[in-house]
Amino acid sequence: MEEIRLIDIKEEILSDNKGLAEKIREKLSQEKVFMLNLMGSPGSGKTSLILKTISYLRDRYRIAVVEADIDSVVDSEKVAAMGIQTVQIRTGGFCHVDAAMSEKALESLPLGQLDFIILENVGNLICPAETDTGAVKNTVILSVPEGDDKPLKYPLIFTLCDSLVINKIDYMDKADFDLERVRERAKVLNSNIEFFPLSCKTSQGLEDWIAWLDQEISSFQRGRL
Amino acid sequence: MHELPITKSIYQMVLKHAKRGNAERVISVNLEIGALSDLQDEWLQRYFDYLSRGTIADGAKLIIDRVPVAFQCNHCQQSFEVYSLLKDDLSCTQCGSREVTLVSGREYQVKNLEVQ
Repeated sequence: MEEIRLIDIKEEILSDNKGLAEKIREKLSQEKVFMLNLMGSPGSGKTSLILKTISYLRDRYRIAVVEADIDSVVDSEKVAAMGIQTVQIRTGGFCHVDAAMSEKALESLPLGQLDFIILENVGNLICPAETDTGAVKNTVILSVPEGDDKPLKYPLIFTLCDSLVINKIDYMDKADFDLERVRERAKVLNSNIEFFPLSCKTSQGLEDWIAWLDQEISSFQRGRL
Repeated sequence: MHELPITKSIYQMVLKHAKRGNAERVISVNLEIGALSDLQDEWLQRYFDYLSRGTIADGAKLIIDRVPVAFQCNHCQQSFEVYSLLKDDLSCTQCGSREVTLVSGREYQVKNLEVQ
């Protein structure tokens, strides 16, 4: 029997994806297009937040949306109805968007004529956390009816995002949801996280979210990120 | 849930290095995966078996080392491991501060291969 040898590798499992994601960020930075990756559970309000964000920022920035869905076009139809350019990625059973998928989606957009791309990731809190999409910033949206224990149950995604939106705060009196507790639970995992409690339905709290985004997009375009 | 694409990435890396090292057969693959990852060991192995069928990695065993979640205190610099985040009592084991920084638990690496 031949002797057993050890081959040292020490290579990141998703290094190919990571490399491609870096390439995408470089391209976005050359073109001065800010891409936001929006992640959250089904029903947390990802599409509603996108629609609201468009209505606030469409006069300031040229916006496009990349919609990832396992197998439907419902969300992209809503965005397209606002007259916003939309690219649909059907992940075909895949539970998250990877860099190869977002690269393909970006190829079909006229980057030179855009300032801001919102990528709506597939709805769940587990898989999108493990894969870099090439976005400049990452946001998680969590909604009040989901409960305030989500950072405890799905910690990884909270360690990786730049901001956390708490949607449906108009539900607060009907739910056992402690805003301060969520803030603390997320902060302990990620001290840099920005926190935006809001309601897409009543528009309460939206200004802070829009101000943050506006600031991020404009400093990125000035090359300060 | 998303083990297939990740296993594919592992499989491709294993084959590349095994061929480069002129291996005839891969016996085991040592992985280092942070405890924050939700990857299921059983599914990684099943998908690996499926992908590697008929190749030199056919039958290789995935040995997964789960790296514990660890934090460092921003105040007293104490490092400490956390075994469950569900308990909601995450604070520095030395000074009690809740201002801490995650230092491990997100690892995602192929460490080495045992080959013949």
